[in-house]
Amino acid sequence: MAADSCSWFPALAVGVSLLKCFFISAYRSTDFEVHRNWLAITHSLPVSRWYYENTSEWTLDYPPLFAWFELGLSQVARRFDANMLQVENLNYASPATVLFQRLSVIVTDVVFIYAARECCRCVREPKGSRDVLSRPSFVLAVLLLWNFGLLVVDHIHFQYNGFLFGFLLLSVAKHLQSQHLQGALLFAFLLNLKHIYLYVAPAYGVYLLRSYCFAQDNKDGSVRWSSFSPLRLLALGAIVTSVCALSFGPFIAMGQLPQVLSRLFPFKRGLCHAYWAPNIWALYNVLDKSLAVLGVRLKLLEEAELPPASMTGGLVQEFEHSVLPSVTPAVTLVCTLLSILPAVASIWLRPHGAQGFLRCLLLCALGCFMFGWHVHEKAILIAILPLSILAVESREDAGIFLILTTTGHYSLFPLLFTPAELPIKVVLMLMFTIFSFTALRKLHSAQGSLLHPLEVIYLLGLVAVAIACEVVFPLSPWQQRLPFLPLLVTSVYCAMGVCYAFLRLYASLLLRREEKPKQL
Amino acid sequence: MQTWSLVSICVLLAIIARWGVSLNSYSGAGKPPMFGDYEAQRHWQEVTYNLPIQEWYFNTTNNDLNYWGLDYPPLTAYHSWICAYIAKTINPEWVELHKSRGYESTQHKLFMRMTVLVADLLIYIPAVVLYCLYLTDGSSKKKVSIMFCFLLYPGLILIDYGHFQYNGVSLGFALWGILALGLGWDVLGSMAFSLALNYKQMELYHALPFFCYLLGKCIKTGLIGRGLFLLVRIGVTVLATFALCWLPFLAEPSQAMQVVRRIFPVARGLFEDKVANTWCSLNTLIKIKSILSGDSQLYLSLACTLLAVLPSCIRLLTKPTFWHFKLALVSVFGIQHWAVFKPTGLKCNEICYACPFLVFVCSMLPLFLKDGLLVPYIVTSLGFLFFSIYLLSALDHCSEDKLRLGAYNKLFYCLFIPWGNHFLHFYISIAAMVGLSIATAVLIPPPHLPDLFPVLVSTTAFLHFLGTFIHFNVVQFSEPPSRKSQKKSN
Repeated sequence: MAADSCSWFPALAVGVSLLKCFFISAYRSTDFEVHRNWLAITHSLPVSRWYYENTSEWTLDYPPLFAWFELGLSQVARRFDANMLQVENLNYASPATVLFQRLSVIVTDVVFIYAARECCRCVREPKGSRDVLSRPSFVLAVLLLWNFGLLVVDHIHFQYNGFLFGFLLLSVAKHLQSQHLQGALLFAFLLNLKHIYLYVAPAYGVYLLRSYCFAQDNKDGSVRWSSFSPLRLLALGAIVTSVCALSFGPFIAMGQLPQVLSRLFPFKRGLCHAYWAPNIWALYNVLDKSLAVLGVRLKLLEEAELPPASMTGGLVQEFEHSVLPSVTPAVTLVCTLLSILPAVASIWLRPHGAQGFLRCLLLCALGCFMFGWHVHEKAILIAILPLSILAVESREDAGIFLILTTTGHYSLFPLLFTPAELPIKVVLMLMFTIFSFTALRKLHSAQGSLLHPLEVIYLLGLVAVAIACEVVFPLSPWQQRLPFLPLLVTSVYCAMGVCYAFLRLYASLLLRREEKPKQL
Repeated sequence: MQTWSLVSICVLLAIIARWGVSLNSYSGAGKPPMFGDYEAQRHWQEVTYNLPIQEWYFNTTNNDLNYWGLDYPPLTAYHSWICAYIAKTINPEWVELHKSRGYESTQHKLFMRMTVLVADLLIYIPAVVLYCLYLTDGSSKKKVSIMFCFLLYPGLILIDYGHFQYNGVSLGFALWGILALGLGWDVLGSMAFSLALNYKQMELYHALPFFCYLLGKCIKTGLIGRGLFLLVRIGVTVLATFALCWLPFLAEPSQAMQVVRRIFPVARGLFEDKVANTWCSLNTLIKIKSILSGDSQLYLSLACTLLAVLPSCIRLLTKPTFWHFKLALVSVFGIQHWAVFKPTGLKCNEICYACPFLVFVCSMLPLFLKDGLLVPYIVTSLGFLFFSIYLLSALDHCSEDKLRLGAYNKLFYCLFIPWGNHFLHFYISIAAMVGLSIATAVLIPPPHLPDLFPVLVSTTAFLHFLGTFIHFNVVQFSEPPSRKSQKKSN
């Protein structure tokens, strides 16, 4: 192309920002009202009332640093439409409000754009590639900046994930560049912005302890206990505590910590969200339901004994399973910890530097997604985005990436259920899928094909599921009787793909050849 | 990356841009009693579905021509009929005779927007893709870049998917015609262009270059023998296409005459809505409306149009090459308004030419403001400008020689301050457009000059068109660049 070598990144960034502007008038979910409410709460009420306010059902349930962020946004919001900052104005959505909120997401994405650029800098470039479109950094930039999941969740559904993922990816990039204190600082900020990133905190904790606090390893890769550096541990501790103090300090001083924590961790909600995230519990639920139906058919169970079909009713409640044992939050916690234990142990016993850390981070994210309590399907992005970095460098990871991304992104389809958004989600999905498949295939073309034929068949099955759920089902007679059916089919089918990707990632971590341990 | 994947990604991006714009408002939304072009199209579906063909263009009790009477040729009517047929199966209320007047709902809007997208996907977009892949020069990446900018042209997107019209169909057919002529399939090309003409009579502006090119080609191949045979084949094809389209109206002469009267309304004045053309600008200096009568205005306009187009068409007759044909089409570009946004991406490989296209879009800003399309206007214009500059980066490669600016510059120096750098003109144009856009959108005009900004915009647009028109006529009369100088390393 006639463009010079470094200008493609700004072009990609400008292009995707303009694309995001097209969705200003698109469908907005209740999350729009949630954030408007938080703007109002932080702007109009004193700090002591923030976590007690419940005029609206959408109470503040992110950590305090995010509340400060909303306060900052509200100062700009005042100039667009001051009425949106009244707490009583529930569901207020004037054109100026919509414009402001949408633009705030687009503008705060600059953090993500900066983080993506840092990640692209960490990628190894093979020598002698002149064509911009075949460079790993270009492919990574597109996979990050034009990620289907972020576009759909942030700019249509409405959230601030781009801003948050910017912190995560920047932190990862800093670790890849061996600037661990900066990485730790960024992660501390991130945890205080949205506590869902606790999913990956074990990876950070163990990695920093093992590879940063113990400054050197023995020749065989095991821990050299004598190289423990208390200074480094102290530095890390200071960073984390000071950020948490900045965030929670005012609330601890006011004695509101229990209230804040109860808002942050509402365990009253059910095992699964109204739409089941494609994790193990979706498969568990379906197994339970099938066994119940089978049991009734085979006269092994009485229909009257079974609890009513509240799981499939689409409501967020506590419920019981009929045949299999019910699952409590404690059980999910144990399962989650068990699932991430091997990964965490692996980077303790045989650290592979920052690359191993990234892999462990992915596995922690996926493990928590698979076994967690009340997981949202959007959480799959915590695994997809960092996996992009690995995908442009290794053929095996590229194959896992294609499966996880395609299934993960397809599982986001039910988020946009309005007819006007159907062309958008289909076209965006096609665009991203075509690009990821062709670009990754070209990158790793020298080393053979990326996907096994069975994996290809599974992915093609997604197309069939899509047509069935989006086109055939709404026009069929079952639409009235079983409205939850397409959601169920989507989550179960995608859960299979996600589980498979989880297992393959584990295999790639545990069976990896030993690398020379690095000095830090 | 392979070309097919790049092309599909670009086409998908173009679709997203179109659908994104269509999420916004349309012309006449929520504005009874007349509403706007959206209601006009819906009304034509109602009329064509419910009434027999003989009544479509006539003023009857069931068909009030004062309320958006049909004023496009029959192909538009048939298209409306097909859409109405589908509308009826989804929801009969949308096309119920009389009762559906002013019908507005989210589902109906979705349906109408979908009809525009489907028409584009079937006719316009394939034409653009094939044209850029087969009839433009350069590496495959360059072709894809040109195609991308072509597809992103804001004028067509905003008018078709915002304001609401079906220009993609007529322009698509015309582009198929150009494509066919470029590949040497003259008969198919003339058939495609006849279809374009039968969809919107605005395509008549392009008819003269088509006619002159084909006639010139026939003369060149020899009027005795092959040339004559070609002429006969083209003539028969055109007549047959017209006959097929007008078949139901040829039973009685009064039918055909009424259709003609509807599609060429003499009663309307020279300019509505302060459009960007010669007459609007001239009117500020000489009050034409008060000097001449309605009929005289029309004849004057016709005469001037023909005179303006004449030089390039005569040149085309004598030298019927595809290169000169393309230039003649672009000369016609500056003459009148609606047909003007023909995105003749022919010379899009030079960024300077993107300028008049953008100026035209800017000149329609008052219309977009009325329709509530300010945000899409800003986004699409910025996107088009950015990607034209970035992808085509012709500011590096635009040489004076390529642009044949020698003669043009001399003229320019006489008229304006002799700034030597023509890239400066480009930036001045962009600055003028941005300034006028901001002024139109934000500022309130002084009370004694209520139409100040639309007229300013029209005049600026006119100056650009004049410059483009002169430039292309100059180029038309010089030699085409040699093949060698056109090949650039990429």
